[in-house]
Amino acid sequence: MYVYDEYDQRIIEDRVKQFRDQTRRYLAGELSEEEFRPLRLQNGLYIQRFAPMLRVAVPYGQLTSRQTRMMAKIARDYDKGYAHISTRQNVQFNWPALEDIPDILAELATVQMHAIQTSGNCLRNVTTDQFAGVAADELVDPRPWCEIVRQWTTFHPEFAYLPRKFKIAINGSVSDRAAIEVHDIGLEPVRNEAGELGFRVLVGGGLGRTPVVGAFINEFLPWQDLLSYLDAILRVYNRYGRRDNKYKARIKILVKALTPEVFAEKVEAEMAHLRGGATTLTEAELHRVAKHFVDPQYKALNDFDKELAELDQAHPGFARWRTRNVRAHKKPGYAAVTLSLKPTGVAPGDVTDKQLDAIADLADRYSFGQLRTSHEQNVILADVEQSQLHALWLELRENGFATPNIGLLTDIICCPGGDFCSLANAKSIPIAESIQRRFDDLDYLFDIGELDLNISGCMNACGHHHVGHIGILGVDKKGEEFYQVSLGGSASRDASLGKILGPSFAQDAMPDVIEKLIDVYVEQRTEDERFIDTYQRIGIDPFKERVYAANN
Amino acid sequence: MQRIIKNNEIVDETWHLLPKDFNIDELTNCDDYIVPLQLWRDHSRMLKARDGGLGVWLDADEEAEEIGEDANEFQVIALNFPAFTDGRNYSNARLLRDRYGFKGELRAIGDVLRDQLFYLHRCGFDAFAIRPDKDPYEALESLKDFSVTYQAATDEPLPLFRRR
Ligand code: HEM
Ligand code: SF4
Repeated sequence: MYVYDEYDQRIIEDRVKQFRDQTRRYLAGELSEEEFRPLRLQNGLYIQRFAPMLRVAVPYGQLTSRQTRMMAKIARDYDKGYAHISTRQNVQFNWPALEDIPDILAELATVQMHAIQTSGNCLRNVTTDQFAGVAADELVDPRPWCEIVRQWTTFHPEFAYLPRKFKIAINGSVSDRAAIEVHDIGLEPVRNEAGELGFRVLVGGGLGRTPVVGAFINEFLPWQDLLSYLDAILRVYNRYGRRDNKYKARIKILVKALTPEVFAEKVEAEMAHLRGGATTLTEAELHRVAKHFVDPQYKALNDFDKELAELDQAHPGFARWRTRNVRAHKKPGYAAVTLSLKPTGVAPGDVTDKQLDAIADLADRYSFGQLRTSHEQNVILADVEQSQLHALWLELRENGFATPNIGLLTDIICCPGGDFCSLANAKSIPIAESIQRRFDDLDYLFDIGELDLNISGCMNACGHHHVGHIGILGVDKKGEEFYQVSLGGSASRDASLGKILGPSFAQDAMPDVIEKLIDVYVEQRTEDERFIDTYQRIGIDPFKERVYAANN
Repeated sequence: MQRIIKNNEIVDETWHLLPKDFNIDELTNCDDYIVPLQLWRDHSRMLKARDGGLGVWLDADEEAEEIGEDANEFQVIALNFPAFTDGRNYSNARLLRDRYGFKGELRAIGDVLRDQLFYLHRCGFDAFAIRPDKDPYEALESLKDFSVTYQAATDEPLPLFRRR
């Protein structure tokens, strides 16, 4: 975990002072609504349906127990006792008062946290794999790179007023758990034949109204050039990205209009000037940052397979939880555990202050005092001893974190939707809940297997519906809330966008629709085929026929 | 008379900023002018021959490359912000300073407000024509917003990682 030095600390303290003064001037009428808006957005502050929403940055999803306790405190002191884990690994508070925001930021600064650039048309929080540093299939630990990029993005003077928001994701594993192909820039550290480190660079992915899977424009960028290359990409985008229409302002539109090849040429032309300049990364800096991410004091352990198998026998619930919520770790005798924030009846990603305190406490006792958030809106304890899994499971059950549904149909990604968001066409949380209720039989759920179901309340796609195996989008039909269903999206390697099934459905039809889709899959699947595999084999028609058949 | 911020002080404006549709025949010999880019393109020889000071201004959709190596022909280059949220001229500023070595006054004009000054200054602007309804003395304060910066930029050629 990166620890601030005096420089990092001074920057966020300066920001608190700056934002306190901006807020004061706004409240005193010296700054107009229009002048204040970009300033507050660049500090994570949206004004939405009932109250401002404050989005606190969790850089690449890493939190300490101390920071987590601060989240709990803020939820308690300034909000209604809960917080929300977002699909970009951040933490959101739905009910703070504008007047309190400077004080909240001051509190955050005491634990090396902030809300810098968590919204607005600027360089946003960098995201990565929630299993970074511990995944068994990892090639390069992306976290030092995330931190290096984070510092480069923070108050970058040239790119504070981009045409539109800009999101960078980094993945360092064989599987892509960071969904880099649907980001404005996706980075993947790789080694060439000579064993040297570099990056594959993708540009122009994104969701929203015009979902696009990005294009790789560089297959091997030497690591020393990373920040210069980012400067070059951003400079091309800042200068030539469209500013006349906010729906056409993302870099994906520019890359499409120019073609990825021409875009890459422009970046290369810029690089001809920047290459070798002062922004070229040094080994000293890489080491300075990387030493914050060395392994914790792991014990020399053996895998605990036999004992765990016995525990599985004795406790079927434990066995189920282990299959879904526990992952292999790079170190023998350790495991990574996902705490499900998706029990039925709770808005996906919501946690109470008490739960946050409990998570911090569990992290201290089971996982070196550290935890992570995932873009699937769950929480991870990454370094748990296998011999402690059973004890941990018992505690997770008490705190409501042991729902064994990670990666299953009820592990739904869902935006706040019409219950909170002023842009919504339709509610999304009640849809998630009605589907969770329909599939509350665990055996059935397990039998269905891996399935990403994502819900957004409007085409802004905060719930990533385009990349759900099943995607649900809230639409407005003559003032009534309807839902459009798409199939076949995927955010993993070789990402794809879902195809629309057909005419949209009323809210109360949704659980039936999902059930019919699942029926088709269960009837048609071959052994070991996941929903997405069956879909890719048989296509959309069998699903369409079943759902729209006249007599059911 | 408008006052502008220049090198951290408030000074009276002495330049005439000419609009895009300015008629060349109305030019005097001795006044100091900041001319629109098109006027420079069409009449550069004549403009250089005058006795008065010469500056040029670029709109947000015009490119630093159009001035390029000629940058140091000008005492002032002004870059226009049609809206303070239009960030294109931050890049033009850096190109003029870092790539074309412009040494004269680089001035932000248009929708120029206090809360953007720190970034503008980092990109090489040393003069700011603050929007007339705002107080330039208050705006000066914002140049002190941050005491540490991460990136290399025009004001600080080394990134923090080469200084920490
Ligand atoms: C409730 C207040 C919210 C508002 C007003 C809001 C607004 C927006 C808007 C306007 C966009 C579209 C931007 C574009 O495509 O250019 C967007 C995208 C997005 N939002 Fe939100 N949002 C809200 C909450 C959330 C929450 C709670 C999450 C996470 C759970 C979230 C995650 C995202 C993501 C991941 C995208 C990006 C899609 C992409 O890559 O293009 N948003 N949001
Ligand atoms: S997808 Fe739409 S409804 Fe959902 S949070 Fe984003 S803007 Fe709001």
